[in-house]
Amino acid sequence: MTVIGIPFIWLLLFLVFPFAIVFKISFAEMAIARPPFTELFAYAEEKLSVMLNVGNYLFLFKDKLYLSAYLSSLKMAAGATFLALLVGYPLAYGIARAHPGIRNLLLLGIVLPYWTSFLLRIYAWIGILKTNGLINNLLLKLGIIDTPLHMLHTDFAVYVGIVYAYLPFMVLPLYTNLVKLDESYLEAAADLGAKPWKTFLFVTLPLSKGGIIAGSMLVFIPAVGEFVIPALLGGPDTLMIGKVLWEEFFNNRDWPVASAVAIAMLLLLIIPMMWFHKHQTQEMVES
Amino acid sequence: MSATRRSPLLSVWLLLGYTFLYAPIVILIIFSFNESKLVTVWAGFSTKWYWELFQDRQMLTAAWLSLRLALMSATAAAALGVLAGLVMARFGRFRGHNLFAGMITAPLVMPEVITGLSMLLLFVSMEKVIGWPDGRGLLTLWIAHVTFCAAFVAVVITSRLREMDESIEEAAMDLGAPPFKVFTAITLPIIMPAVAAGWLLAFTLSLDDLVISSFVAGPGATTLPMKVFSSVRLGASPKINALATIVVLFVSLCAVGAGILMFRTERQRKFEIQAAMRDTD
Repeated sequence: MTVIGIPFIWLLLFLVFPFAIVFKISFAEMAIARPPFTELFAYAEEKLSVMLNVGNYLFLFKDKLYLSAYLSSLKMAAGATFLALLVGYPLAYGIARAHPGIRNLLLLGIVLPYWTSFLLRIYAWIGILKTNGLINNLLLKLGIIDTPLHMLHTDFAVYVGIVYAYLPFMVLPLYTNLVKLDESYLEAAADLGAKPWKTFLFVTLPLSKGGIIAGSMLVFIPAVGEFVIPALLGGPDTLMIGKVLWEEFFNNRDWPVASAVAIAMLLLLIIPMMWFHKHQTQEMVES
Repeated sequence: MSATRRSPLLSVWLLLGYTFLYAPIVILIIFSFNESKLVTVWAGFSTKWYWELFQDRQMLTAAWLSLRLALMSATAAAALGVLAGLVMARFGRFRGHNLFAGMITAPLVMPEVITGLSMLLLFVSMEKVIGWPDGRGLLTLWIAHVTFCAAFVAVVITSRLREMDESIEEAAMDLGAPPFKVFTAITLPIIMPAVAAGWLLAFTLSLDDLVISSFVAGPGATTLPMKVFSSVRLGASPKINALATIVVLFVSLCAVGAGILMFRTERQRKFEIQAAMRDTD
């Protein structure tokens, strides 16, 4: 019983319960106090009064900033996920088709960067993309461009950052899926005269659907709420909801609005999360 | 390989992919030895940024705090993760199984700003109601890190337990070993490499976390990533490159060490199993 009990209670207390508190505080009002918000419940003169402030949520709808931040986060996360899939699929395919002796080594090569610091790997791109950075210096020297390109502090840099940082998450599930692929299907298709690209499009791709979904969700969901990448590589007009929440909390010290932003973000992500979870359990049952 | 003749394009793509993954890290390392203050213009070899790094007291204090925190968090997360993995892989369908599985997968994808904010609000509310935890610092950092790291360990352990041959455990149980004894004498030694891998993963995750830590750290405690982030925001500095080089070196050593360790224990096990088989013949 204690085997179930300890992790269950720990996770309930420190993982699930906090969301209830975020939900509660999203209905509070900002106040100059410690902690900086009002109480929801008050008991005085035998009356329990409950003050629910829905203003935070109304504020999210009224102020254009939030809605456009949500939309642009979804757009950028989806775009970066698609790019990561384009880059990652051939990588995973190549590793799965590599000689079994070097597969593990190639796989380690994909995972190893993830083990080194996320923050420092994002930092590395600042020096590469800067106006007087490596790419610009190289292109200027080769005479391809006359004036340096403006790449750092743009949405482009954020896309590069997300693809770079989350690529291992895309490649790993794809690899696990593709390496299990029964090659006799491909042989059958080839024997029946299918061109390689047709075999890929109608056999390999549909069979790797599970890996595509798992990889895409592992990139998309955290990317929507990403903070470090837009903060370091994005520009002042890069709108992402993770950054908005951070600023609401640390700069404006408005905890209730930050909570409402978090709850809205959760509602937005709950469907992709459930989808991912369902697929995870399915994969586990199958294997 | 008959039907799936590998096209040279695929090899080129692999090469490009690995270049994309490693070039930024290599560049980071090269420019940590740059004489110039600019991180992108080469001006000769120098190790002066390393000396400056080792004289930065704030950076050292933050690094020391992060190291201690990572050690404590990884150890607790490994223990908690093993328990959670056991529940996932061996306890079948109990009431609340779905909730439990959900609690394990959620932190893997949950945006960190949400986790960080929710943890902080929990600590603040608890302090208000029961007076604990008293303020924010190492303790709140530790609880937060253990929680999100344990989920990652649990995933590693669960998949290891699922592929492990359960008949060995059953045999021990049939011979009358109590469950705890089965776990310490049979299961734990077999999954030990996975536990070590999980511990290392938790260690690096804890050492690297910026967002959750920033929420729960409080004004007194500054972890290394927090310090790095605030100095990077002021502009790139070769000192950070020097720090990155040390981190990369450290992590590669750990990864190679873990790899060798896992390889050896795996081989050892196989030998032992073969020897045992021969004895029974």
